Amino acid sequence: MTAYRLASGGVIDRSSTLSFKFDGRAMKGHPGDTLASALLANDQLLVGRSFKYHRPRGIVTAGPSEPNALVTIGEGAATDPNTKATVAELYAGLDARSQNRWPSLKHDIGALNGLLSPFLSAGFYYKTFMWPAAFWEKVYEPLIRRAAGLGRTVLEHDPHSYEKCWAHCDLLVVGAGPTGLMAALTAGRAGLRVILADEDFRLGGSLLAETTRIDHRPAMDFAEACLAELRALPHVTIMPRTTVFGWYDDNVFGAVERVQKHVVAPQAKLPVERLWRIVAKRALLATGAEERPLVFGGNDRPGVMMAGAMRTYANRFGVAAGRSVAIFTNGSAGYGTASDLAAHEIEVAAIIDSRDAPLDAAPAGVRVIPSASVIDTRGRQRVCGLVVERAGFEETIACDAIGMSGGWNPVIHLACQRGAKAVWSPELSTFLAPDLGSGLVVAGSAAGRYSLGGCLEDGAERAARIAADLGFSTASNPLPAVGEEVDPSFTALWYSPGAKAKAFVDFQNDVHVKDLGLALREGFGHVEHAKRYTTTGMATDQGKLSAINATGLLAGMQGISPADVGTTTFRPFYTPVAFGALAGTSRDEHAAPVRKSPLYGWAEKNGAAFVDSGLWYRPAFFARHGEKTWRDSTDREVVNVRQHVGLCDVSTLGKIEIFGPDAAEFLNRLYCNPFLKLPVGKARYGLMLREDGIAYDDGTTSRLSPQHFVMTTTTALAGGVMSHLEYCAQVVWPELKVRFCSSTDQWAQMAIAGPKSRLVLQALVEDDVSDAAFPFLSAAVVTLKGGLNARLFRISFSGELAYELAVPAGLGEAVADAIMEEGRGHGICAYGLEALNVLRIEKGHVTHAEFDGRVTPDDAGFGRMVSAQKTDFIGKRLSTRYGLTAADRMQMVGLKPVETDQHIRAGAHLLREGAKASTLNDQGYVSSACYSPTLGHDIALAFLKSGRERYGERVVVWDKLSGGDTVAEICHPVFVDPGNTRLKV
Amino acid sequence: MRYSAFSIVKNALSGNLDWKPAWRQPEPKPFYDVIIVGGGGHGLATAYYLAKEFGLKNIAVLEKGYLGSGNVGRNTTIVRSNYMLPGNEPFYEFSMKLWEGLEQDLNYNAMLSQRGVINLYHNNSQRDAYIRRGNAMWMEGVAAELLDRAALKKMLPFLNFDHARFPILGGLLQKRGGTARHDAVAWGYARAADRLGVDLIQNCEVTGIRRENGAVTGVETSKGFIGCGKMGLAAAGNTSRVGQMADLKLPIESHVLQAFVTEGLKPVIDHVITYGAGHFYISQSDKGGLVFGGEIDGYNSYAQRGNLATVEHVMEEGVSMIPGLSRVRVLRSWGGVMDMSMDGSPIISHTPIGNLYLNGGWCYGGFKATPASGWCFAHLIAKDETHPVARFLRLDRFARGYAIDERGAGPQPNLH
Amino acid sequence: MASLIHCPHCGVRPSQEFSIRGDASVVRPAPEASDEAWHEYVHIRSNPHGRHREHWQHVAGCRRGLVVERDTFTHDVFSVTDGAAVAREGGR
Repeated sequence: MTAYRLASGGVIDRSSTLSFKFDGRAMKGHPGDTLASALLANDQLLVGRSFKYHRPRGIVTAGPSEPNALVTIGEGAATDPNTKATVAELYAGLDARSQNRWPSLKHDIGALNGLLSPFLSAGFYYKTFMWPAAFWEKVYEPLIRRAAGLGRTVLEHDPHSYEKCWAHCDLLVVGAGPTGLMAALTAGRAGLRVILADEDFRLGGSLLAETTRIDHRPAMDFAEACLAELRALPHVTIMPRTTVFGWYDDNVFGAVERVQKHVVAPQAKLPVERLWRIVAKRALLATGAEERPLVFGGNDRPGVMMAGAMRTYANRFGVAAGRSVAIFTNGSAGYGTASDLAAHEIEVAAIIDSRDAPLDAAPAGVRVIPSASVIDTRGRQRVCGLVVERAGFEETIACDAIGMSGGWNPVIHLACQRGAKAVWSPELSTFLAPDLGSGLVVAGSAAGRYSLGGCLEDGAERAARIAADLGFSTASNPLPAVGEEVDPSFTALWYSPGAKAKAFVDFQNDVHVKDLGLALREGFGHVEHAKRYTTTGMATDQGKLSAINATGLLAGMQGISPADVGTTTFRPFYTPVAFGALAGTSRDEHAAPVRKSPLYGWAEKNGAAFVDSGLWYRPAFFARHGEKTWRDSTDREVVNVRQHVGLCDVSTLGKIEIFGPDAAEFLNRLYCNPFLKLPVGKARYGLMLREDGIAYDDGTTSRLSPQHFVMTTTTALAGGVMSHLEYCAQVVWPELKVRFCSSTDQWAQMAIAGPKSRLVLQALVEDDVSDAAFPFLSAAVVTLKGGLNARLFRISFSGELAYELAVPAGLGEAVADAIMEEGRGHGICAYGLEALNVLRIEKGHVTHAEFDGRVTPDDAGFGRMVSAQKTDFIGKRLSTRYGLTAADRMQMVGLKPVETDQHIRAGAHLLREGAKASTLNDQGYVSSACYSPTLGHDIALAFLKSGRERYGERVVVWDKLSGGDTVAEICHPVFVDPGNTRLKV
Repeated sequence: MRYSAFSIVKNALSGNLDWKPAWRQPEPKPFYDVIIVGGGGHGLATAYYLAKEFGLKNIAVLEKGYLGSGNVGRNTTIVRSNYMLPGNEPFYEFSMKLWEGLEQDLNYNAMLSQRGVINLYHNNSQRDAYIRRGNAMWMEGVAAELLDRAALKKMLPFLNFDHARFPILGGLLQKRGGTARHDAVAWGYARAADRLGVDLIQNCEVTGIRRENGAVTGVETSKGFIGCGKMGLAAAGNTSRVGQMADLKLPIESHVLQAFVTEGLKPVIDHVITYGAGHFYISQSDKGGLVFGGEIDGYNSYAQRGNLATVEHVMEEGVSMIPGLSRVRVLRSWGGVMDMSMDGSPIISHTPIGNLYLNGGWCYGGFKATPASGWCFAHLIAKDETHPVARFLRLDRFARGYAIDERGAGPQPNLH
Repeated sequence: MASLIHCPHCGVRPSQEFSIRGDASVVRPAPEASDEAWHEYVHIRSNPHGRHREHWQHVAGCRRGLVVERDTFTHDVFSVTDGAAVAREGGR
């Protein structure tokens, strides 16, 4: 009673041996093995435990539909749980562990669940665990959670890398079996750019397990010859180890290539997996057909396997699944397996056939039991016999493996991912893909043409038709000659009657026939309900084996056709895809690009601590010796600006150059305040609204010449405003003669602020920058000493006498250095975002902390700025709606703590003194807050209901989240220099 | 049949053959006092509360497919009440309280799991926004906690603390937030409604709305005409399509939102976690799959499927937040059609058409709202007046200037 | 549609290069139009199941606004036209 390696045969390299481990046990296999074939060769049939009852389970398939043989491969952070042993390529040093068992695979405590199975019927958890209410989360759920799940992920930082690529072709052929190879050859010979993708590491599909001869030679030799010719064709790309997992719009296919999943130590220079987006003019689905399991009593015992898988293990891998194999079949395919096994001198204990009068030929000396049903299997962790029932008589037949063959299901997963419903074929007793239009064509077994000759012909024919469609001419090549074939017919059998043990439909999720019956009885008969209620088809194999039988059973129980039951929805992914492959290189520090201002180097050498600001890194503060916290530095910088002078990098503000005879008109329609008559040489604050009347973005815009303006935007919305302008110019007002471009990256811009800013600046600028020659809100091109042209704006965010100087980006650092050098005698300091923020709060200037997408101009105190004269601007009409002009709206005010040692934090809410905290009593919130070194206490900007009428009142600043209330006085939001005397000197 | 541990044992001993259907399969009657169009979570909940809380007797729910076939069966199962604006927070907290008593009320285990919802923040302005939100929650009596980086490291050591492009600085935690088993919510309401006499009519597609003198008198369906006193529309995703049958003008676009589940894994993520440097949210189901999602695809769509570009983007954000996800395999993706409203908030409202009541615009917040949505919609239909916690969710708020815009993104649905 | 867009200026490009603004069938009313017209322009959408026109922008390419006419259920694209050209013809 062992599985074993046959003395000869198979496309494995017997001259070389690969050592690997399973649950710590050393084993050996050969190149060309999968982990599953190697495990079988080592007689390791028990490979896992099922999800719910922890039943012992063995290998069932030889491919991607495997429900049971899921193992964990790899170590440490490179651990891969839930890997299908049936597709995992064997390599030297592979270390696999079984899953969902404790303490060991052989002795699993969880198997006790099996004894309770009558109580754990489908959906049992919906009906109980409700009392006492608190127990669900404390007791029941943790128990259920621990029991559930299969493999264990380490969730550590993945040491491997991934990448993504695009590929383009005339024809994508999915699957390199007989159909796919013939299609690729036909198209490739005609000159099409062909991509042939197959999930296997060895191409040939069913040909690798086929004993029928093609062109008088073994089928696998034929496959090799096809591949050799394909490799020689210049426009054909062969992609082994590549699973096409999804079909998306515009005939784009998602595929994942396992570049280094079959090596023990991947090379760092290559990704382990690569995501391909394949843009295919046409695609041909040659994914073959899946053998259908039979639903009979005890059908989950290790040793029960798909008959076709047994055939594959014998023919392709040279492995026998057992020494004495029984076959349970409802069609001729079971006989084909029996013949192949017999040819390998494996004993065939019996062929049990559900049909009444099978005409198929059994191997010599093999007993055939027609009109029979398998009702139970014997054995514990490995099958040792089965019980057959025929005409009321039961008989036990000894065997150490059972091959089941229940017919064929075309693999149409990809074809049905985009909404097309599978169509029931009564002739073939299966679901087929509907006509999908020209983009994707299904061929060969995947289209229900199961015979080898049919596949070869179909592949060639359909590819020729595609080639002709695309304007290529195909030479007519004779089809390969196929030897005598097994007839693929079968008689559908959804359930083998008389089961004396659980008859499983979904192996991994432990759904058996009675669960489906219960679902039906309780009203969950719709195929989607049945799936969701019983979890059939929801395991990692996504119902590849189980779905069709579930449909057949539901139909049978209701006495209707499977056509009326239908299928559940096919969705990506065909087989599971790693997060890493789909994420590619976009991870960790490379998750998003980094933007650095042209003054980054200047800031760095001045000791900046940087902070993220969108994609930018901006200087937060410039720590000096002895300063312990950001506050120390910030306070110094603020005081320094107010008393002397400071330099701040403002290059990240969006800058847009706007030209044209209608530039002024364009701006006048974009901003809510007037711009038509802005004189040349002047800057003006501009406020843009959304069409719904809410403030969108602000900045200064200057007129450099009659038809040239330069607009600044906030850093955050630089991109958004640009798109907004483009939309308005192209779509809303295409009649305006205006052109513009972003120049954000072209200019290094610095704010020079403080009472001594003019002294510093004048030393560097040829032009006169005195108040008389260059008053507040002036804007001009000036010449720096040495001849460089620069843009100078007299604008101020800090409330001090201030300028913004813009120079070409590449010269920014040199100019900033020069300013710092010139300013040293005047006590200049570099200041960062934190100080900038304090300075603007002291001055009552707004940022997006105030303009948060819900605030009107009037809320923020800009009501009078909004033009009543203009006939139109973006946002004009909807800004007059009732709710936007209501008297109880929250308006921006200043707050200062009554006790000046108390603190106010942004995000705190406001309550009337004595009022109970409630949503109804909520009066507003703090949008910005800081310690003001100028005033010596905290200050804040806040939005408060009818706030402007309430200066002088007290309000409770309610910050439950940090646990403190503060009483504050409501005041005008400009804390420093409300008369603007400092800025206009 | 009442469900209990006892009923399970009793039925197990009789081979589980005596379980009764969870609901009847009635043929439609010619007339109902109230017809709810849409047999999803909200429609079923509405019918249940109409019968249970407001004493109505003659109610039908019309569902074009199978019960729970809309978004209640295709979401990421998150339940929370961590909103900022007064138009939303009291409503969602009302919902949270209903969730907390739902299973006993329905006699159905919807597996509510209050495991905690954590929203990460990555910069100071985000932190300030979360403080504002957390305080808004407290105003409504809802506990919120601000977690700093050290606390997060202890709770969620697998987050990307060392190599993040946007460093994780902290998070806002609502401990009462969590997940519920989505299908069970639909089934629980359906079964409970059925037991109160509500007719749940599946495979019954509404094809027309009959009106007389500007008021609805019944619906044409694939099963013939059915008269009604009042009609409640709860078909989010398809609100516009049904609304159009009554010439209803709606501030809604239908968009596709994808969601994902991984292969089953042993417990590893014990909370609901949302990413602040993008749009990504993840939790682990009781079955072991990691359930997650991101942003909508961005284009109008009625197809319940999305595209690869969005899939990739979601995975990028997931791996950026939790690097160890890299080797976890994603099993399945699916798409739901969302009613995206113009301000990102829902609508429970009268309409300009007599006898026609609207429940829609749920964007991607519909699941957590299910109980309150049902209750408030039932209140509106039964009493013809708005429930206090839903009083801001009016259809005319757009024309009147009372948008409830949590994101501050303005009237562009794909930005919410 | 949502994998590739045929930009009339740049050729077939991946959808990641585009941003989507929304319904292209609404036209900005004249300043003197009624409140109702303005409200509907900003807020009301026909949201058709089937043929629909949307504003997309090729932000990572020519930066032109485009009108994409497509089916909201099948995602088939019928045409992609330069937005300004459409607007000049009054079909904006």
